Amino acid sequence: MTSSATVGPAVSAGPTPARRRTRSSARKRVEIAIFTGPALIVFIGFVILPVAFAVVYSFFNLPAGFRWEHLADPDRFIGFDNYLRALTTPEFLKAIGNNFIIVGLSLVIQGPLAILIALLLNRKLRGRSVYRLLIFVPYVLAEVVAGLAWKLLLPPNGGVNALLESVGLGAFTANWLADPSIALWTLFAILTWKYIGFAILLILAGLQGVPEELSEAAAIDGASWWRIQWHITLPLLGPTIRIWAFLSMIGALQLFDMVWVTVSPSVRGIATETMATYMIQQGQFAGQPGYGSAIAVILFVISLTVALLYQRFALRRDLQGAITDRGN
Amino acid sequence: MHSSRKNSRRAGVRLAAGAAIAAGALVLAGCAGGGGGGTATDAPAAEQVTITWWHNATSGPLPAVWQEIAEEFEAAHPGVTVEQTGYQNEDLQRTLIPNALAAGDPPDLFQVWPGGEIRDQVANGYLMQLDDLIPDTIASVGGSIAPWQVGGKTYGVPFTFGIEGFWYNTELFEQAGITSTPTTLDQLNDAVAKLRAAGITPIAVGAGDKWPAAHWWYQFALHNCSIEALQEGAADFVFDDPCWVQAGVDLQDFIATNPFQDGFLGTPAQQGAGSSAGLVANGQAAMELMGHWNAGVMGGLTPDETVPAFLGWFPFPAIPGSAGDPTATLGGGDGFGCSATAPPECAELLAFIMSPENQKKFAASGSGIPTVAAAVGSLEDPNLKLVAEGLANSSYVQLWLDTEFGTTVGNAMNDGIINLISGSGTPEDIVKRMQDAAATL
Repeated sequence: MTSSATVGPAVSAGPTPARRRTRSSARKRVEIAIFTGPALIVFIGFVILPVAFAVVYSFFNLPAGFRWEHLADPDRFIGFDNYLRALTTPEFLKAIGNNFIIVGLSLVIQGPLAILIALLLNRKLRGRSVYRLLIFVPYVLAEVVAGLAWKLLLPPNGGVNALLESVGLGAFTANWLADPSIALWTLFAILTWKYIGFAILLILAGLQGVPEELSEAAAIDGASWWRIQWHITLPLLGPTIRIWAFLSMIGALQLFDMVWVTVSPSVRGIATETMATYMIQQGQFAGQPGYGSAIAVILFVISLTVALLYQRFALRRDLQGAITDRGN
Repeated sequence: MHSSRKNSRRAGVRLAAGAAIAAGALVLAGCAGGGGGGTATDAPAAEQVTITWWHNATSGPLPAVWQEIAEEFEAAHPGVTVEQTGYQNEDLQRTLIPNALAAGDPPDLFQVWPGGEIRDQVANGYLMQLDDLIPDTIASVGGSIAPWQVGGKTYGVPFTFGIEGFWYNTELFEQAGITSTPTTLDQLNDAVAKLRAAGITPIAVGAGDKWPAAHWWYQFALHNCSIEALQEGAADFVFDDPCWVQAGVDLQDFIATNPFQDGFLGTPAQQGAGSSAGLVANGQAAMELMGHWNAGVMGGLTPDETVPAFLGWFPFPAIPGSAGDPTATLGGGDGFGCSATAPPECAELLAFIMSPENQKKFAASGSGIPTVAAAVGSLEDPNLKLVAEGLANSSYVQLWLDTEFGTTVGNAMNDGIINLISGSGTPEDIVKRMQDAAATL
C-alpha cells in the first residue's frame, strides 16, 4: 500500500514531443473508458442482460424457482407458445386495454388540467408559492406511501365516504376501490392527484422560457389574457408539452406500484390489471417465470414501439440535432 | 443479564469473523466486517455457527415465543447464533423464500408449505431430508406429518395443524336471536337472514386477498366431492367429476343470500381494523370463515390487543344430501424445514422447536393447535380447544386446495372463484381455468 505512493509521480515524467500526440489520444481513450466504463457495465449488467435473459426465458415453460438445468431441457422449450397464450388470454388483453385507457385519460385530462393550473399559477397572485407547493407535494411523496394513504381513506367506511356524508353528499359515497366498475376511475383520479404536480412543474419551467415581450406586445395591441395564452404562450410551450406527454405515456404503460399497493388483488384482477401487474402476478405469484418473461417482452416491445413512433412523429423537431442527425 | 448476553454475542461475532475468514465464507465476513474487529487470530475454526430462521409470525403472541425458543437454543448450544426473523406470510411464501432458494442463498430454517410447493422444492433439491436426523420428532407429530412428506420421505415438520371453521361473535348472535350455532347450511342461511334483519353484517370475508373468498368454494367442493374425487384432483389434476362445478353453483346460491359485508372485494383478510378479521374482532361483523390461526390474528387487531371475549367457534355446517363425506374437514398447518445446505444444527433447532415443552409453550400462548399430542392439553384458549376437538373428529382432512394444487393451478382456481363472486364468471369457468393451468405444467 505505501510503496505505490512513491511510484505515482515517476510515471508522469515529461514525455518527448513526438510521442505526445499518440499519448494524448491513448489518454483520451483511457479517459473515455474510465468515465463511461462503470455506467456501461451497469447498463449492460442491469438493463441489456436482463432483457436478453427475459427473451430467452420467454421461449421456455419454466417452473417457479427454476435453474439452468431447466433451460437445457428440450421438453421445456415451447417456442412462441407463451406469446400465443398471452395474446389469446382475455385478462392480458384487458390489461393492455387498461394501460391504454390510462394513457388516453392522462393525455386528455391531465394535460389540459395541468396547463390550465400552470397558466394560473404563472400569474401574479397572492400566495402563489403556497399553491405551487401544495400541488407539488403529492409528487414528492413516495408512490407506495401515497397509495397506502388512499387505500386507507377509500374503503366503504373510510375517511372519504365519511367526509362526503358529513357535508351532505351522502348520495355520492361509493366503494371507490372495491367496486370493479369504478375502481379504474378511482385509480386514475389518484394518479392524476399524484402526477399532475410534475406536469405543472414542467410547464411552469417551460413558461419561464416564453419571452414576456411577446405577451406585452400583444396586450398593447389589445389582446385579452385568454387570447394571449392561446395564440402565444401555448404554441411556445409545445416542446415542453410534447416532452411531458412522452413521459406520461411511458409512465402509464409501465404503471405498477400504485395499482399494486392501492387496489386489492381481487379487484385488480377484475378491473385494474395492467401489463406490469399481470406480469408479476403470473410470473412470480402463479409460479410461471417463462410466461411472465413473455409478458415482460411484450410490454417492452409495446413501450419501445410507442416511444419510437412518438419520437419519430411528435418529438422530431424538438429533438433535432440532439438525437437525430440534422436535416433528415 | 441482558447486557451480559449482548457481550457474549459480540464476542461470538468476533470469533465467527475469525472462523469465517479462515473458511472464506463471504456472508459471515460481510456481516462481521462492519465491526472492524475481526483480527484473524488462531481462534478455533469450528463451533461457530449462525442459523438463519425465517417464519411468518409478525403479530400476536407468536413472535415472542419464537424469540424465546431461539434464545434458549443459543444458551444450550454455545457457539450457535440463531437469527430469527418474522415476515408477512404472503411475502415470505410467494417472494422471499422462492427468490432466496432460486438464488442459492436460502435461510437455514424456514417455513415450508405442504402440497404443491414442497413437491416443487424437493424436486429441485432445495430441502434437507429429515428422517434420519430427527426421527423422534417426526414420530411425535403423528399423522399430521403426511403433507410434509414427498415420496415417503420427510422434508418438513408441522408445528401447528388445524381445521377451518366459523369464528363468530356470540354477543351479536344473541342480539339477532340465534340460539344455537348452525349445523346445516339451511341453518346458516337462517342465521344470515336473522343477522341482516337485526342490522348486523352477517359474515366478513377478506375477498380482496382472493384466498379467503376462495375458501368458501373449497368448502363447497369438499362437501360435494367424494374423497376419491378430491384425491384424483390433487394427484393428477383431473377435475372431471361434476362435483367441482357443483361447488361453484352452491357458492353462487349462497352469495345470492347477500351474506357478506359491503365492498368485500376490496377487503383484506388480516391487515388493519378494516380487514375481515378486524371487522369481527371489533364487533362490526358477526362471523368469519377462517383457519385455526384466526384468534391470534384478531388478538392483534383490537384496540387493547387481546382476543375478544365474545369470540366463539363452530365447524362448517353440513350440507344434507350432498355427496361429500360430512366428517371431512378442510385444514392446513404451518411447518418448518431446513434448506439442503443448512448446517446440521438446523435439524437440532427444529427438533428443539418441536420438543413437548416448546410445543406446550406454543399452545399456551394461544397461537394455534400444536401438533405434538402431549402439548394439546396445554391449550388454554377455549376456541382452540374446540378446533382441536373438530380436528380429532375429522375422518379426513383436506389441505387448503390452493396449497394442495400448487401455485399455478391454485392461482388459476382462486382467480376463477373471484370472478364468480364478482358476478363475471361461471362455475364451469373455474374448472376450465384449473384444467388450462394444469395443462401448462
